Amino acid sequence: MNLLYALQKLARALLTVLLIVTTVFVVLRLSGDPAIYVLGLDADPLALDAFRHRWGLDKPILAQYMQFLLNCLQGDFGYSYFEERDAIEAVMERLPATLLLMGITGLFTLLIGIPAGIYAALHRNTWIDRLTMLVSVAGFSLPNFVLGIFLIMLFSVTWQLLPTSGSGTWKHLVMPVLTMTVAEAAIFARFTRSAMLEVLNQPYMRTARAKGLRWHQAVYRHALPNAAIPLVTIVGFFVGTLVAGGVVTESLFAWPGLGRLLVSSVANRDLAVVQIIVMMIACSMVLTNLVIDLLYGWLDPRVGSLRTGD
Amino acid sequence: MNQQATTVLSDTPLLKVRNLHCAFKSSKRSSLFGPYTLIHAVNGVNFDISPGEAFGLVGESGCGKSTTAKLILNMARVSEGSVEFRDQELVGLSDKAWKPLRQKMQYVFQDPLGALDPRMTILDQVIEPLIIHHLHDADKRRQLAQELLHSVGLQSGQLNKFPHELSGGQRQRVVLARALILQPELLVCDEPISALDVSIQAQIVNLLQQLRRDMGLTLLFISHDLSIVSHLCDRVAVMYLGQIVEMGPAKQIFSDPRHPYTQALISAIPKAEPGAECERITLSGEPPSPADPPAGCRFNPRCWMATERCREQVPALESDHSGHAVACFEAKIHVKEVL
Amino acid sequence: MTTLTEPAVISRRKFRLPLLIWFSVGWLALMVVVAVTGDLWLPYDYQSIDLRSRLQPPVWLEGGSWSHVFGTDHLGRDVLSRLGTSIQISLLVALLGTLIGAVIGTLLGLLAAHFRGWVDDLVMIGIDYQASIPFIILALAVVAFFSNSLLLFILLMGIFGWERYARITRGLALSSIQHGYAVAVRTLGASPWRIYGRHILPNIANALIVNMTLNFPQTIMLETSLSFLGLGIQPPLTSLGNMVGFGRDYLLTAWWLATLPALVIFFTTLAFALLGDWVRDKLDPTSR
Repeated sequence: MNLLYALQKLARALLTVLLIVTTVFVVLRLSGDPAIYVLGLDADPLALDAFRHRWGLDKPILAQYMQFLLNCLQGDFGYSYFEERDAIEAVMERLPATLLLMGITGLFTLLIGIPAGIYAALHRNTWIDRLTMLVSVAGFSLPNFVLGIFLIMLFSVTWQLLPTSGSGTWKHLVMPVLTMTVAEAAIFARFTRSAMLEVLNQPYMRTARAKGLRWHQAVYRHALPNAAIPLVTIVGFFVGTLVAGGVVTESLFAWPGLGRLLVSSVANRDLAVVQIIVMMIACSMVLTNLVIDLLYGWLDPRVGSLRTGD
Repeated sequence: MNQQATTVLSDTPLLKVRNLHCAFKSSKRSSLFGPYTLIHAVNGVNFDISPGEAFGLVGESGCGKSTTAKLILNMARVSEGSVEFRDQELVGLSDKAWKPLRQKMQYVFQDPLGALDPRMTILDQVIEPLIIHHLHDADKRRQLAQELLHSVGLQSGQLNKFPHELSGGQRQRVVLARALILQPELLVCDEPISALDVSIQAQIVNLLQQLRRDMGLTLLFISHDLSIVSHLCDRVAVMYLGQIVEMGPAKQIFSDPRHPYTQALISAIPKAEPGAECERITLSGEPPSPADPPAGCRFNPRCWMATERCREQVPALESDHSGHAVACFEAKIHVKEVL
Repeated sequence: MTTLTEPAVISRRKFRLPLLIWFSVGWLALMVVVAVTGDLWLPYDYQSIDLRSRLQPPVWLEGGSWSHVFGTDHLGRDVLSRLGTSIQISLLVALLGTLIGAVIGTLLGLLAAHFRGWVDDLVMIGIDYQASIPFIILALAVVAFFSNSLLLFILLMGIFGWERYARITRGLALSSIQHGYAVAVRTLGASPWRIYGRHILPNIANALIVNMTLNFPQTIMLETSLSFLGLGIQPPLTSLGNMVGFGRDYLLTAWWLATLPALVIFFTTLAFALLGDWVRDKLDPTSR
């Protein structure tokens, strides 16, 4: 992989991050006067002025922007009016729970989704294939809170095996993970299947057989590594759906993570917290895409170079 | 000898092309931070076409003949030079001013399937130009289109078909009909038969000749196929790497080619009589790229007659009394030797 | 133990049992009928409160009655009526959203293809930008920073997914413009309006419609998710997501409040997915 390629991708990522931060700033300023939000419409004009002055809201917009950037770099993202402490604290407190949920979901997704897709591809058009694809269509076309409701009905209400919400024990983890994994694994299964099918049809597979390799050897040595390349591209999409799914799932199961915090902050207009979480998500997406681009460049020799003659 | 030579058959040429250039920036650079290389697709082309004449433009792929045609019809941007149609300057005209001119100058494409809208019946497609130029009423339009389609050899039963339901030859007839329904004075045909089977090619060429006679069309015929051009055209210009290297009456060009490149091209035409003498001249060297043309005469790296002068100076296109023009230092000498 | 089998000659994936397609069509037809005719036969107004019959179970459970076939919620409102109205509202919002998205996306795609240059760059940046963040996050941010009105929400649904229309339109328009009939019609003297309206759009329409069949159920999913979180369609209006959201707290005591709308959502999105896949297979067999 070419250094030029890597630098170009990195530069693009940094630019996107800057763009995101700027957009958040602009939207924040556009959305109304924070002073009125906090102190209310009937507040004393003097109090409003004092508030504005305190938070630098009466300075010219460019100075505010610079201050904003500076604050971000220093880790100061504002004050959560709802929780009455620094917004960043409120966010950091919730982060581990979300990471736990996503991590375990990701693990199970890969463990279940990919093998299922490979298996389906190798047994194409048999009942196994059809069943797998049917289940996966159901899986990802279903909003995950609906699946969650059904799971709660089954495990909590009918069988009374698991608690309906909260956190603390491994029992609390089961349903949230299950809810999210189903949708994600379904996507992976479907995608892996088509990636495998494409690879299996390539001439070099027949060449491998002609060389004398037995079928499963050809699959392991040639099909799987080549099918892995397009899989890398959906990792970015996967992270995105994890995040989106997480927001709803955490709210449904009252899981104390960032998703739930985001929703409640939106409901309470706690803009500082919303701002951080949105920026964090956006930046992690950018980071993910950057890693994917670099990984793709490294894995696929056709992509990774930026030649000057072309 | 400073004037670029041009051959004129009548006093008022229908089309006058002078010093036409088309250069565009390629996406390549010679070095990482250098400027983008400039490609001269067309590099100083001059010719006239008289009314009623069939003018052939030949050369290998990439020599700039298609680009020249596109420049004339405002389908590509002219970097420099002038194109006059009936003494009206075309370069720099606004889109609005072009509209009436479109009626007078039409273009036939190489790929008939691509040139037709896959969702419209062929009758509708031939009617469309009349609609665009607000000519006649609906019934008259229909009638004209039907008549024209008949005269190009298509039957009534086919008029409501879609392009993909017809054969290649039939499609090209539709494209011709569509181009002719506005009764243009000049028809530019860019490789109109290259995509067709050999047996169909002859039919289309005959059709073109017939239409020329019936409608008094002037034709600019672009091709890399010399045998067709020798049948169809009155005058021919040979292009190499963006420039015209030889030009003149078709008979003379084919019987007495003077430029070495023309000689090589003509020697490659398969002869009709088996066992006839077949002295093929094979050119040495790679065809050069228009982005990096050789110094001096552009043909010199592949030319067996090339001298030192050929490698340093660019020969001008010079014409003799019969209207046969050639751009070669050595050709003159050769001709003189023969005489 | 099954041995790994070799794939046979390539054939299209045809595992959709026609039975499932019948189910899908039937269910969606039912939804449309309910949405269109609901006002005529739904027994109660969806807002009418009857505090004497709160949390009444559906008719097939003990304590239920035929006066409230699907039971009532915590305010005594009839669940069947609320379901019917929710279907109406959810479908309407999704339809409007999809249409708005299609119009905006197609227009921007055409503008980008026609003008190229900075217009194209701008549109491409917009497309990349939008595709890079999960839309629900964006939606949440917009709701947080701006108000919660229905109009804004519908616009938001419209903005969801515009980038796919734009991408498709731009790509197809570009390839049409550069090769083929668009150039040909131009030499005939046609104006850009005519070229786009009469030639390019009709040829793109197929791809756009296919995209709409993808976009519509996704919009429904987005709307129900946001409403479930309480940040979508607001009370007093009701939506399927809304109902699940409010019913969630009653799962142990009055499970029908959340489960019935959840089932409706499930069947609807499943039907769209099955039908959509099948239709796409038929329209364009080359796409997987």
